[in-house]
Amino acid sequence: MLPKGVRRRYLALKITGEQSVSREDLLNTLWDSTIQLFGEYGASQTDLRLTRYDSEGNHAIIRCSHKTLEMTKAAVASITEIDGRPVAIHIQRVSGTLKALLKQRRT
Amino acid sequence: MRKFADLHLCPSIENPSHVEGMVRKAFELGYRMVAIPLSSNITRDKISQLRKTCSDANVNLVTRVDLTPKTSKELLHSLRRFRRRFEIISVVCRSKSVARQAAKDRRVDLLTFPFTGRRTRFFDRAEAELASSALASLEIEMAPLLSLKGFARIRLISSLRREAAIAEKSGVPVVLSSGATETYLMRGPREHAALAGLFDMVAAAALNALSETPLSLVERNREKLSPRYVAPGVRVVKEGDCCPRA
Repeated sequence: MLPKGVRRRYLALKITGEQSVSREDLLNTLWDSTIQLFGEYGASQTDLRLTRYDSEGNHAIIRCSHKTLEMTKAAVASITEIDGRPVAIHIQRVSGTLKALLKQRRT
Repeated sequence: MRKFADLHLCPSIENPSHVEGMVRKAFELGYRMVAIPLSSNITRDKISQLRKTCSDANVNLVTRVDLTPKTSKELLHSLRRFRRRFEIISVVCRSKSVARQAAKDRRVDLLTFPFTGRRTRFFDRAEAELASSALASLEIEMAPLLSLKGFARIRLISSLRREAAIAEKSGVPVVLSSGATETYLMRGPREHAALAGLFDMVAAAALNALSETPLSLVERNREKLSPRYVAPGVRVVKEGDCCPRA
């Protein structure tokens, strides 16, 4: 059970680029982008996690605190390269639960 | 459902596959209207070819010209030449005199300021007052926010925060556009709205700057350019012998 008041948001991402990206590179880039834009204090509030990653389909699901959703979206949108290769990461859907997000993606 | 417009998509016009790729990407991201800056001497054939590419991708094309005059006299000359030929006229203000002239001229739709350096951004309160009475909008391009890094981006965000606050206070409409030259610099409307939060623009205002403001601007200009337009609020409804003479 989540403690009362802890609300999360799950974001479905689509990574578009010429080459596939490893899980570690994606996670490092997400953190780098968040720290660049909001600093270490801001990044610490996001509670960012890479929940699922499909490197073949270039899809990922990340989790963040609901209070820092806009910060996370800005950090994701500001990514233009991973490991020196140009990429764009688009946010496809946002949901309050992982179950609902997966259901939305299937439909 | 909200309809979104990107009034500054910059594909290489000479490369049809590049144009097609970017327009298709714009549709995929949720835009239903895009404006592509064209050269002032572009032929009608080229424009109709671009229109076809866009309509094949279910996107509405808006013709746009970017004027970069050195003096206000040159600006007036360009406006006389191009106002009736393009649906959107944007002026890149590289000097204060050009910025002031562009802000008070009703033929100018968008005021754009180069992102290189604070000294080239002339959007202050006086400029905003002139722009609000002439119905000109402030254009904010998002591509530099993605491509710049470090101190240059910090300075840009700081300038944009000041300009967005002035525009809001003076009632100057703001238009957010991508300014993307490549597909990897293109972002969806909601991603742009999230990025606009970096310069303290609230999400609702940012979404308006990507939908209602650009759409109403294009609609107003299209009506003005239509052959039935006479004056603001006056248009030809019916012609011919059936109309009673006074």
